[in-house]
Amino acid sequence: MSKQAETTNRTTAIHQSRPPSDARARMTRHHMIVFALIGLFVVIAPQFLYPVFVMKLLCFALFAMAFNLMLGFGGLLSFGHAAFFGGAAYAAGYAAKVWGWPPELAIAFAVLVAAVMGAAFGFLAIKSRGIYFAMITLAFAQMVYFYALQAPITGGEDGMQSIPRNALFGLVDMSGDGPFYWMVVVIFIIGVLFMYRVIHSPFGEVLKGIRENEPRMISLGYQVQRYKLLTFVISAALSGLAGGTKALVFHLASLVDVHWTMSGEVVLMTLIGGMGTIFGPIVGATVIVTMQNYLANLGSLVLIIQGAVFIVCVLTFREGIVGVIAKWLKTRL
Amino acid sequence: MTSRHDDGADYVLTAKGLTKVFGGIRAVDNVDLSVRRNSIHALIGPNGAGKTTCFNLLTKFLTPSKGTITYEGEDVTNLAPAAIAQKGLVRSFQISAVFGGMTVLENVRLALQRRVHGRSFDFWRSSKCLNSLEDEAVQLLEDVGLEDFLHDRAADLPYGRKRALEIATTLALDPRLLLLDEPLAGMGQEDIGRTSDLIKRVAETRTVLMVEHNLSVVATLSDRITVLARGAVLAEGNYAEVSEDPAVVEAYIGEPNDTYD
Ligand SMILES: Nc1ncnc2c1ncn2[C@@H]1O[C@H](COP(=O)(O)OP(=O)(O)O)[C@@H](O)[C@H]1O
Ligand SMILES: [Mg+2]
Repeated sequence: MSKQAETTNRTTAIHQSRPPSDARARMTRHHMIVFALIGLFVVIAPQFLYPVFVMKLLCFALFAMAFNLMLGFGGLLSFGHAAFFGGAAYAAGYAAKVWGWPPELAIAFAVLVAAVMGAAFGFLAIKSRGIYFAMITLAFAQMVYFYALQAPITGGEDGMQSIPRNALFGLVDMSGDGPFYWMVVVIFIIGVLFMYRVIHSPFGEVLKGIRENEPRMISLGYQVQRYKLLTFVISAALSGLAGGTKALVFHLASLVDVHWTMSGEVVLMTLIGGMGTIFGPIVGATVIVTMQNYLANLGSLVLIIQGAVFIVCVLTFREGIVGVIAKWLKTRL
Repeated sequence: MTSRHDDGADYVLTAKGLTKVFGGIRAVDNVDLSVRRNSIHALIGPNGAGKTTCFNLLTKFLTPSKGTITYEGEDVTNLAPAAIAQKGLVRSFQISAVFGGMTVLENVRLALQRRVHGRSFDFWRSSKCLNSLEDEAVQLLEDVGLEDFLHDRAADLPYGRKRALEIATTLALDPRLLLLDEPLAGMGQEDIGRTSDLIKRVAETRTVLMVEHNLSVVATLSDRITVLARGAVLAEGNYAEVSEDPAVVEAYIGEPNDTYD
């Protein structure tokens, strides 16, 4: 670079860099707009969509976001997240049905169960990497599946049925889909805001660093395993939030929730929507759940269509739907 | 344990009988190394001599097959790499290691976050609380001449600036001993001048152990030089001593492929 070019470069750099990043403010503004759109959607959706369908959407969106926290932000590909989702569904079901707990406590219990499972599995799996990590998490999830299949309390092949929605705080009737819808909306919003905060916290900065350059983070004195483990636990807990809520929505916790195909589905949702994006998993979950819903009468053909959509997505836009949109808008979503 | 070098005051780092075997190859073979406090100590030798492996052993990125490492009088042979870094023994990498997707300021802030802030597990707090670190980060970046690039993406910096950023990030940890693996490799003449000045300034209050191929820089900067060849120490001394050592001269002539000039 010539001396003159160097000088002009420096002056423009000063202008670009001195006001603390405009780009960040712009990005935050974009996020606020998307939040507002999501808020608007959940408020008006019951006008033209079945509440149960929207609740299902919200549960899976939450699940995919929780999964994305691990894959997209922690760089950890788990192939056993069904264990947390399904395990929590059984936990919430058991608490509501056998102990008669109100929904908020049943779901809190489900989150706790998932977090404890996450801590245990994570502790054992976190030392391995890549495909080995995926295999170990799958193996743990299969253990949970077989437990659910055999154990007397889970209802085996039939699943845990007629899970009641008891009164909220023991006061407010939640048995109808109308009122319960709003509870699910609140849970969803809390989950999304919490996740947003995690990503934009000091902890989130460390995760970003680990994703960018793990050896360098170690050389800076970060004990990266501990950060990964915490990511695992948070992700498992939020998957539990999704699973526990889902059990109350459908009055059902079943083997489908703990089956490995559920683990695969959440990978699919995340990749289609855009891994490592904030809103991608919501979009991915919407695509998959909508497809399953409206193509349900096609039977197993749904799986083939799902596979085709996935292949098309991976081949044409690797960043996922939201990743591509963010690229167009030159922002991060 | 007592030995000639373990007086604790003079030597920051002492390695004894350091050995690393990779499936039959002795990449590092019985190396003794003592790094004097507040000195610049250079590790030189042909490609494949085992210099990077040595660094990996000293910073525990690799586990030694044999040997002991003493840092500030403490046996650190069995510590984890992050634990060693926390004690102030911090390395850079042969291949530039910046966080490319982050801004220059964020790179340094990430290092400060660990040392100064200590809230790195706080997932419920807004990262705005890290803003308080920015003054110190800017100060560190001014020291390496990067004050005009604060909000540039690290990946977009020219190579020499990346190395400068790496050094600023390392200095943010306030290390007592810096291990720099080929800090000048791939730099133009101007960057070499600036960076070697920087290393000299850094070493006024700290200790530097560096691998470097640029012999003229090694000659002017280093107080002591250890020459490695095939994993073993070939010679040690100041530049005049080392460059006249017959074994070293022979190794240079016997290595037509190396990068010395
Ligand atoms: N992880 C590894 N596995 C096997 N052999 C290695 C490994 N790292 C280095 N080596 C070998 O050890 C020797 C020393 O390498 P290195 O320390 O990188 O040399 P230098 O940095 O001096 O150029 C080389 O022969 C190299 O091939
Ligand atoms: Mg090397």
